[in-house]
Amino acid sequence: MKLITEITGTGLPLLLDDIDTDRIIPARFLRCVTFDGLGEHAFEDDRQQDHTHPFDDPHYQGASVLIAGRNFGCGSSREHAPQALMRWGIEAIIGESFAEIFFGNCTTLGVPCVCASRSDLEKLAALAKAEPEMPVTVDLSKHQVRAGHLTVPVTILDSARAALTTGKWDFLGQLLEGAAAVRETAATLPYMTGFKA
Amino acid sequence: MTDRRNLFNKVWDLHTVRTLGSGQTQLFIGLHLIHEVTSPQAFSILRDRNLTVLFPERTLATVDHIVPTDVQLRPFADELAEQMMSAVEKNCRDFGVRLFDLKDSRQGVVHIVGPEQGLTQPGMTIACGDSHTSTHGAFGSIAFGIGTSQVADVLATQTLALSRPKVRRIEVTGKLRPGVFAKDVILHIIRKLGVQGGVGYAYEYAGEVFDRMSMEERMTVCNMSIEGGARCGYINPDQTTVDYVKGRPFAPQGADFDRAAAWWLSLASSADAEFDDKITFNGSEIEPTVTWGINPAQSVGVKERLPALASFSNDDQKGISDAFAYMDLKEQQPIEGLKINVAFIGSCTNGRISDLREAAAIARGRKVAAGVKALVVPGSKLVSEQAVSEGLDKVFEAAGFEWRAAGCSMCLAMNPDKLKGREVCASSSNRNFKGRQGSPTGRTLLMSPAMVAAAAINGCVSDVRSML
Repeated sequence: MKLITEITGTGLPLLLDDIDTDRIIPARFLRCVTFDGLGEHAFEDDRQQDHTHPFDDPHYQGASVLIAGRNFGCGSSREHAPQALMRWGIEAIIGESFAEIFFGNCTTLGVPCVCASRSDLEKLAALAKAEPEMPVTVDLSKHQVRAGHLTVPVTILDSARAALTTGKWDFLGQLLEGAAAVRETAATLPYMTGFKA
Repeated sequence: MTDRRNLFNKVWDLHTVRTLGSGQTQLFIGLHLIHEVTSPQAFSILRDRNLTVLFPERTLATVDHIVPTDVQLRPFADELAEQMMSAVEKNCRDFGVRLFDLKDSRQGVVHIVGPEQGLTQPGMTIACGDSHTSTHGAFGSIAFGIGTSQVADVLATQTLALSRPKVRRIEVTGKLRPGVFAKDVILHIIRKLGVQGGVGYAYEYAGEVFDRMSMEERMTVCNMSIEGGARCGYINPDQTTVDYVKGRPFAPQGADFDRAAAWWLSLASSADAEFDDKITFNGSEIEPTVTWGINPAQSVGVKERLPALASFSNDDQKGISDAFAYMDLKEQQPIEGLKINVAFIGSCTNGRISDLREAAAIARGRKVAAGVKALVVPGSKLVSEQAVSEGLDKVFEAAGFEWRAAGCSMCLAMNPDKLKGREVCASSSNRNFKGRQGSPTGRTLLMSPAMVAAAAINGCVSDVRSML
């Protein structure tokens, strides 16, 4: 897989807390058998109710780095949420923190989610608002985000960083390689052998 | 030397296949539950890569999210739902996976079916493409929700790549007061620890209150772990657990069962087990709890007033103001007496027989308030059958509730049961997110099934303790 060490694109500020995956992609759009076409429905209900929503703002139409708040992606495990964001054009997310299932889903899709402090996120969001054309770089090897005059430190779970930067975020391939060991482990589990004496 | 590992770490260690290059664990999954919503794309991945299901006998499929709870004739009126239903049927047929379809007497909400059938057992690792998989932790298993790519991982390899979380022991001491239910306990915990308090943790629920709970009550608690940010929550297996599993269709039988039970009990965290964090609550202080906002931590006791905006930090005030505005509520107003339009009893959180009994006890001999639409949706066909045999359907219908067929129904708006416009719903489900129940502007108040029944009768949020 592609090595993901650095992503550069313009920023999209959405500095709200506890954004759940129902808001990212409302459940009615999960009535599908592929992920195609989900991008246009990202944040659909929020956008319907707020015509100034950043996902509709002409300034951010080419943006690829989402600047989010705390506990982003909480709630439902639906992979449709990161799929919708990715298909809308998001390639990386900077937030104060991420819900765990969402974070894992993003990593599997090659979308890094990095954590920054609240005050740094506010600075990044302000910059993206003032200068929407300013490129934002998420640098996984240096643990930092750079935008204009700003350089802010970010963190990411070591295992996710390792997977992304070494191109090993296709977990299925690696898991398949362990097939023999899987059968060995299975054979040691009492319920796999019917609890026979 | 006693084993000071907690249950979580014992089960994790037993299921560890190997460590991957990224540092993650390749973890064996003992039971994989799948449903129609998050599996079609996973089967597509298998087809694209020419892979098969490695352990089809460790996989069970059911249908729940998109199932209509009124007219279930095929093809469904909703073409997209019909397409998903056909997809899960074809996928299960092509890949040799057992499916409890609509014609099967065991069909129901995936987290109700697993335990009911004895598929869910202590000491297992359990995964499902659904965040409420944490429900199964009630048995002392490690159970958690996964995304669709991970559903493909489990289908093809029976394993997942995961990082080991920390473990927090949440002890609830004392005795719950009358009218306080398992739902109130978990809403209280989430209120105190927040919706992201559990990120990076598995929750072990321990102490007298959980020791005394039935398995169904324990499932309600573990179900909502994810609403507190914890992907996984569990309760140590004890005699209550063993008694519940015994005799179920997929449970071990005879001498095998006795050996199984001994193994299950041996996995429980010992009194001196080690944890990354511990916290204690006093169960006797928990009130019947109602959410007022747009996440499950935004709740109050039914006799309390909504919080003052100033009681939150500056960072939090924007979100709180947003919640007040969305719900059309004001700080410091009472929650009791708040008018409702819809009452929903059901879901993987509270769609079990004990939930229906508790709600029926309130509904018996009373009438749903004029103008309130009230629904009772059993969590499975077997729950429905049991309720009918006890006459609960008649109790609800006599009171003016609609009695429906098993499914996820109004918990999540993927089937015809949805709120309309700005309706306010007293709901026994698990999420009060904006738009969750199907209307982009609909409003949800989470509470116990008995509290939902009380709200339905009075047409407003009510203290069930005055109706017991």
